Amino acid sequence: MATEVVSMPQLGESVTEGTIGQWLKNVGDAVEKYESLLEVQTDKVNAEVPAPVSGKVTKILVDPGQTVPIGTPICEIEVEGAGGESAEAPQTPSEEAPTVEAQSAPAPAAAAAAPQEGRGRYSPAVRRLAEEHGIDPARVNGTGAGGRVTRNDILQAANHKDAAPSPAPAKTTVQPAQTAGFAVESAPAVIEDGDTLEPLAPVRKVIAERMVRSKQTVPHAWLMVEVDVTGLVALRERLKNDFKAREGVSLTYVPFMMRAIVEALRAVPEMNSQWNGDSIVMKKRINVGMAAATDRGLIVPVVKDADQKNIVGLAKASQDLVQRSRAGRLTMDDLSGGTFTLDNTGAVGTVLTYPVINAPEVGIVTMESIVKRPVVVGNTIGIRDMVNVCLSFDHRVVDGAEAGKFLQVIKKHLEGIGPDTSIY
Amino acid sequence: MAELSYLEAIREGLRQEMERDSRIIIYGEDVGVRGGVFRVTEGLQKQFGEDRVIDSPLAEAAIIGTAIGAAVNGLRPIPEIQFADFIFPAINQIVQEAARIRYRSNGAFHVPLVIRAPFGGGVHGALYHSQSVEAFFAHVPGLKVVVPGTPYDAKGLLAAAVQDEDPVLYFEHKAAYRSLKGEVPEERYLIPIGQADLKREGQHVSIITYGLMVSYALKAAEELEKEGISVEVLDLRSVRPLDVEAILETSKKTGKVLIVHEDNLTGGIGGEVSALISEHALFYLDAPIVRLAAPDVPAMPYSAPLEHAFMVTPEKIRDKARELAKF
Repeated sequence: MATEVVSMPQLGESVTEGTIGQWLKNVGDAVEKYESLLEVQTDKVNAEVPAPVSGKVTKILVDPGQTVPIGTPICEIEVEGAGGESAEAPQTPSEEAPTVEAQSAPAPAAAAAAPQEGRGRYSPAVRRLAEEHGIDPARVNGTGAGGRVTRNDILQAANHKDAAPSPAPAKTTVQPAQTAGFAVESAPAVIEDGDTLEPLAPVRKVIAERMVRSKQTVPHAWLMVEVDVTGLVALRERLKNDFKAREGVSLTYVPFMMRAIVEALRAVPEMNSQWNGDSIVMKKRINVGMAAATDRGLIVPVVKDADQKNIVGLAKASQDLVQRSRAGRLTMDDLSGGTFTLDNTGAVGTVLTYPVINAPEVGIVTMESIVKRPVVVGNTIGIRDMVNVCLSFDHRVVDGAEAGKFLQVIKKHLEGIGPDTSIY
Repeated sequence: MAELSYLEAIREGLRQEMERDSRIIIYGEDVGVRGGVFRVTEGLQKQFGEDRVIDSPLAEAAIIGTAIGAAVNGLRPIPEIQFADFIFPAINQIVQEAARIRYRSNGAFHVPLVIRAPFGGGVHGALYHSQSVEAFFAHVPGLKVVVPGTPYDAKGLLAAAVQDEDPVLYFEHKAAYRSLKGEVPEERYLIPIGQADLKREGQHVSIITYGLMVSYALKAAEELEKEGISVEVLDLRSVRPLDVEAILETSKKTGKVLIVHEDNLTGGIGGEVSALISEHALFYLDAPIVRLAAPDVPAMPYSAPLEHAFMVTPEKIRDKARELAKF
């Protein structure tokens, strides 16, 4: 019997430590390889960590809520059966991600008994190429000295990968951020006299990495509708003072927009889904993220189960998230689980935006500034409160027809609100 | 095209330049009557006269100092230092004066000077007749340093050095003089200073080198080809300025770089080339950059086995390149 020590995995490029969320297995439990072992929380992600081997959990070394550096042993698993020597090294979730399996690469005899010592130490060229081709070098048979994975090994694996059908990605745990490599191949900055360098804050790195990944992996398409919200503006004007007095929070347009999004997601459930390689994950819950600007940068807290809340509930939930995000008091739970995103860009005065999709979600809508405009109404020209609603969507998942229908539902819903509509 | 030795290519180059430009004078120890200790300048005094091919006193500082004066005043001197090992008495003139006159005078004066010197070992020259001195001068802004590795490059680089309006050090390998032969065109041609030459294309390992080591590297590459290892050989030709683009290109191509020079390891050209690669091509590297050079001992030994141990040989290059290919 051999004992496998599981370490705190690296869950993102800029992440140096992780907090144990909860143990999904207890001491004495049997665990299958790849079965979820525990939840780890970091700066921005929640991840389930799969077991690296099958066996029995013998020791839990770190309690829930404790934060430890990457690489710290967190539990021990007694490996079932004999052959302790062949126990694999602990692997992070990213290493579990399916890539080219060893058998698809030509297997040189010398590499069969590759020693473990070189594991995880790759040349810059290997790292770069592995990232570019989406290959996990740990899964590639090394043909270099001592079983080292060489540049050529990666290139060969990439060839095989292109030829083979793409494997289905793992169950949708949160994918660690480290696979995308946002700095690779960026145009070099020009630094001249007098310029200063601002080091990247961790949150900036996360934003950069996610934006690059979204724009590089999701085919964005874009639509916009004009919405006449004269009725909504009148309604809010009529109610806002009473509302504030009674409910303790301001009545903004955000909850109305969120309500409209919920209606539209119900009508077009494909918009409430996620791309999953060879399948599409239709999300059951409707959790609407709201892009919020903070001193530290953009974050997207999530209003959970937005479809189960009325205008008051949405107003309170969104206000609460905004306040806590500005105070830096959001929990990991607040930041995860979104299925669609609303960006209230009107708050910064724009009338048209091309938002970046918060992958793996399928869509993001913006609500632009509400402006008074002369509009043809029937056969006359009237002054109406107009707002543009923009939608970016993942064209792999939905086409223009569904996306258009989605926007039409939003438009219809918002235009259907009159000065006397009940908000309860 | 005639096949010339490395030495003949230099001599023909000198002759052609002197026929073309009457301002050129040759100047050095035994270069006239004797035609130089290696016979590089043989026949030139006879052809061009004692006023243009001058036997100088045995005083290197004076040779270079007076050549600088002549160059500033309109001549195009090509002084010879009999062995590169003897250049150090003149280093003050070269580094403090020749390299800096253009800068110091704000462009009013310049020094169109070519200093020729045989360098390198492996010919039983021992301490005072075997040294490689290029790295000392490659460190100095204001100087250019070329080291041809073939007869063709020897003639073309000489013409370019003579054409240059600023001081150029031209180091010729004495073991190459008669051992290297190659086709050399009769007409005048220039090989731009600062331009490297890809002497052999390959896939697995890049050897970056210059001087006599180019031919050694090519020999090693031929042997490795039989083992299925494909080696690229980049001949720097100029060690100052370096052809950064060519260095990075071959490094990115193979991801494995072996830098070879006969000069000793520490503070050699290899360090500079290596730094350039790691600064600008890190993400293409698949192995540590490797340098193969003479050991850091004070000078070339006289004893034949020790000299052999000191020298970089085709076999040593082959073994190092093989090791790198398998990394």
